[in-house]
Amino acid sequence: MASLRIDLSLPLRAFDLELALEAGPETVALVGPSGSGKTSVLRAIAGLVRPARGTVACSGDVWFDSAAGIDRRPEDRSVGFVFQEYALFPHLSVDRNVSFGGGRSDELLRRLRIEHLARAKPSELSGGERQRVALARALAREPRVLLLDEPMAALDPHTRGKVRAELHDLLRELALPALLVTHDFEDAAALADRVGVLVEGRLRQVGAPAELLGSPADPYVAEFAGANVIDGIAESSRDGLTRFRFDGERVVYSTDAARGRAALVLYPWDVSLARLRADDSALNHLEGEILSLVQVGNRVRVRLPFLTAEITAASAERLALRPGEAVVASFKATQARLLPSDWRG
Amino acid sequence: MRAPFAALLALATAIALAFLLLPIAAIFLRVPPGDLLGALGHRATRDALVVSLETSAIAHAAVLIVGTPAAYLLARRRFRGRSVVLTLIELPLVLPPAVAGIALLAAFGRAGLLGGELHALGVQIPFTQAAVILAVAFVESPFYFRGAIAAFEAVDGTLVDAARTLGATPGRVFLRVALPLAAGGLGAASALALARGLGEFGATIIFAGSLQGVTQTLPLAIYAQFEQDFDTALAISALFIAVGALLLVTLKLYGWLRFASIFRSRFAPSTSS
Repeated sequence: MASLRIDLSLPLRAFDLELALEAGPETVALVGPSGSGKTSVLRAIAGLVRPARGTVACSGDVWFDSAAGIDRRPEDRSVGFVFQEYALFPHLSVDRNVSFGGGRSDELLRRLRIEHLARAKPSELSGGERQRVALARALAREPRVLLLDEPMAALDPHTRGKVRAELHDLLRELALPALLVTHDFEDAAALADRVGVLVEGRLRQVGAPAELLGSPADPYVAEFAGANVIDGIAESSRDGLTRFRFDGERVVYSTDAARGRAALVLYPWDVSLARLRADDSALNHLEGEILSLVQVGNRVRVRLPFLTAEITAASAERLALRPGEAVVASFKATQARLLPSDWRG
Repeated sequence: MRAPFAALLALATAIALAFLLLPIAAIFLRVPPGDLLGALGHRATRDALVVSLETSAIAHAAVLIVGTPAAYLLARRRFRGRSVVLTLIELPLVLPPAVAGIALLAAFGRAGLLGGELHALGVQIPFTQAAVILAVAFVESPFYFRGAIAAFEAVDGTLVDAARTLGATPGRVFLRVALPLAAGGLGAASALALARGLGEFGATIIFAGSLQGVTQTLPLAIYAQFEQDFDTALAISALFIAVGALLLVTLKLYGWLRFASIFRSRFAPSTSS
């Protein structure tokens, strides 16, 4: 069975990349802020950069082993690399690009529905088409590992959703170990079986997207997964809950235990908004002024001074929310997660 | 305030243009075109033309064959002392050609650095056509190097990486990716170097002499002719101007075509998915 095993130590400008990871025939996404070393991981696997120490092995075939003095050249490894911005050869037509490394291009062009573009030059293509050409080229030599560096970054938001769905199906079909680098947690969650959060060269957490959302290892992971992360002070209160104070006098309750400085982790989609303070089961009600409203598909992200809430576009319309107006944000104590706050470094 | 300044700028431009173009125009105004062509039929001119074409062709081929891979290496690799090497390569650019001639004599002359070894092999270089070729290659190669290194540096390194992951060996990457993408810049550098080589005078006359039919190139023929037969000197000069103008127009045209194609590809409505 196809597998990829890496254990790397690679000095980068500001820090050392230290990473160990195993992947079966699945898609693993590496997410993290720019400059966290994500691309360097892919380059090390492809043999484009040489790690100081470690091993890279694919299905038992050793590509790099510093202890044994093995370092196979990029052309002798079997990787399909989709580069950021795609790196298509500008002087070659689409079919020449795809067949550059040998192998037949017709079937792949058909599979990716770009056969009508075979004679076109890369400069004549749209972003989505370029991405498909880059994928076809990467797959033409039937690689044993697929490496994708920010494959969605060069696309406009409109094509993004569609291309994401297509890429998802293709990755499932291929059943190859695929490593996907992205700074967008949504892309990672949509495409990958597992997601690893890489910060300053270290993996903070690896797990299924739901796992990262449900129990983030640290506030950083939570923030990357899209949560509100609020620093404050936690203390236990009489009713067995934890009382969390932040932003001066604001108080919320959490079912998590914590004491002292802590970070409140709260997902925007767990926050509901109302005009008036409701008398419901939610324990936490915070009043605030709307700073901005941004529609994303059928949802609206509402930014308040202390947190961001995400509600359906229909609800936003029903409530007739406008910037500058006061609203009450409500969420349950069970949705207010508390994590140690020594994470910002 | 603005009008006098604008007039000053226009005047300076007019003086510069007149100064540069007047001598060139004079060549064509002094002798009728028919006589110019006739003068090119002279024995000395024909000999010089043959010597110039032969030596320039060989020297230029050598510069391209050696210079292209060397420029590729210098453009792609980062190593200690790289900037020193780049500076040294450009040194002949700032040398007076006469100094280049003396330097070549000092290296390959009878009493020169390699003189003993060359003599032992029965090879004599100074005052032969080989000397012309060396002199031409010496003065024109920095022009090619500069342009070729810049052309290779302009090739996106990610494309080279992409080619490697697609199974291409470094040699194949050079031939299929770097060379085609740098072709425009290489062509321009090659044209400039060729023009400089064809016009070579100082190093050649010191290192190779001016023997008609052997080492007398066209520029040397102009010098030899201008006291005996000024019309012939004029005719050869006119020939140079024509060749130079052709090279320049080709370069500009190429630059313009390149720009136009970039413009087309950037702004053409792309077929959307």
